[in-house]
Amino acid sequence: MADTQSKIRVLVAKPGLDGHDRGAKIIARALRDAGMEVIYTGLRQTPEMVAEAALQEDVDVVGLSILSGAHMALVPKILELMRANGQSDVPLFLGGIVPDEDLAPLKAMGVTGVFGPGANTEAIIQAVREAVKSA
Amino acid sequence: MFDPTPILTGDRRALARLITKIENAAPEAAEALPALFPHTGRAHLIGITGPPGSGKSSLVNELAKTLRQAGRTVAIVAVDPSSPFTGGAILGDRIRMRDLYGDPGVFVRSMASRGSLGGLARATADVVKVLDAAGFDVVLVETVGAGQAEVDIARAAHTTVVIEAPGLGDDVQAIKAGLLEVADLLVVNKADQPGAESAVRALKASLELAHPTRRLWEDNGHHRDRDRDDMFPLPPIAPGLKKDFKRLPPTAVEAPATDVFFWLPPVLQTVATQGKGFAELLAALDQHRAYLQTSGELQRREQTRFTHEFEARLREVLLAAARARLGDQSFATMLARIIARQIDPTSAARELLGRVQTV
Repeated sequence: MADTQSKIRVLVAKPGLDGHDRGAKIIARALRDAGMEVIYTGLRQTPEMVAEAALQEDVDVVGLSILSGAHMALVPKILELMRANGQSDVPLFLGGIVPDEDLAPLKAMGVTGVFGPGANTEAIIQAVREAVKSA
Repeated sequence: MFDPTPILTGDRRALARLITKIENAAPEAAEALPALFPHTGRAHLIGITGPPGSGKSSLVNELAKTLRQAGRTVAIVAVDPSSPFTGGAILGDRIRMRDLYGDPGVFVRSMASRGSLGGLARATADVVKVLDAAGFDVVLVETVGAGQAEVDIARAAHTTVVIEAPGLGDDVQAIKAGLLEVADLLVVNKADQPGAESAVRALKASLELAHPTRRLWEDNGHHRDRDRDDMFPLPPIAPGLKKDFKRLPPTAVEAPATDVFFWLPPVLQTVATQGKGFAELLAALDQHRAYLQTSGELQRREQTRFTHEFEARLREVLLAAARARLGDQSFATMLARIIARQIDPTSAARELLGRVQTV
C-alpha cells in the first residue's frame, strides 16, 4: 500500500449572510499547505448545510468563519446539529470578529478555539493538529 | 468482526466513517469490503470528467437534481487533486452542490486524489463499491479536472460522460487520442456561450473520423464497428438519439451473438447553471444503460474491469508473499547489483522468481 497515512480532514465553512470570504480562503490555503485535506463549502451556508457536510465528509475538525456578528446564534445551532449527528467529539474552531465578552460563553458551549483578525496561521495549524490529536 | 447492517440500511454516519477508513487503507476497510462486495452490482455508475472549469460540479449538481426528480437516489464522489508537495488539498466541489443538501436521498463525498495521476484516487473504486452496496440507485463520480490522458474513470464507471466547454480548442484537439475516446456521452456545457455550436460541430466531426473498424479498447472493451454502419443503413431505436444508437444487421459476419448493438456517443448540450438540457441528458444516460444491458457490453466491461482489479491485487499479494519468503535483504542486495549495472532489472526479477520457486 503506497499511502496508508491518514490525513487531517477539515471543513471550512462560512455560515450566515456576510459575503467576505478572504479570511476563510487564506485559512483553507494555509491548512492545505500544512498537508491537510480541506473541504471548502463556500458562502452563505445554513447551520444545517454545515452539519450535513461535516457528517458526510467525516471531518476531523470544523472551522467556521463568521464576520456578520451572528456567531452567538449560528454556533450553538451548528454544535447542536453536530451532536445530534453523533459528532460531539469533533473540535470546532471559530474565526472572525468576536467580541471578548463572547469568548467565555463560546468556550462553555463547546467551541475549541477562537481566532480573530491578525491571528498567525502557524498558530492556527498548531491548534488544529493538537485538537485532532486529543479528540 | 465487521457488521455490514448499518451500511446496508443507510446509516450515513457509518457510511462516512467507512469511506474514511477505505481512504486511509485502515484494517477495518479490509474487513468491510469482502462483507459488502456481494451487495454491489446494482447501481448505475456514471463517471463525469472533463477539463478544469468546464462545469463538472455544476453539471453534477443539476444532474443529481434531475435524477432525484425522477425518483432515484444519488451518491456523489467528487475528486480534487492533492498537492504533490505537501499532500494537502482543497476540495471545493461542494460549493457548486448546495442545492442538494437536506435530501436524505443524496450523499456527497469529496476525495483528494492522494498522488494518483489517472483522475481518480486509489481508493475511489472501493468507495464506489460501498456506496453501491449502501443501495444508491446512481453513483456519480466526478474526476479531477482532466486534460487528455486521465482516463481511469472509464474503467471505474458503466457510463462515462465527457464534458467540454466552448472555446477550449480546435477540431484537431477533438481528434486526439485519450479523453474523448473513452466518452460514452459527450456534453458541451455552457452551451449558451459563443462558440458552443462550433464545439458541437467539431466533436461530432471527430466522432465521424475517429471510429475505425473493429476498435477494441483492451481496458474497457469499447466495441464499435464503423464500416458496417455505412454499409447497412440502420433503423433508429430512440427518437432523441436517432443518429447515434444503431443496430447491426443480424447476419453480420464475425459478430458474436450478443453483439447486436453498437453505440456512437451522442453529443449533447447543457447549460448547467440554468438547468437546461438535463431531461435530454437523463434520457441519454438511461439509453446507454439499456444499451449496456441488452448488447452484452455490460458483461464485457465487468470482465475487463475485474480482470484489471484482480490482477492488480494479485500482484500486490504475490509481491508481498515473495518478500516474506526471500526476506528484505535479498531485495536490497539485488537492487544494489542493479544499480551497479551488474544485472538488469528483468534478469534480476527472473532470478528472484527462480529462488522463490526453490525455497
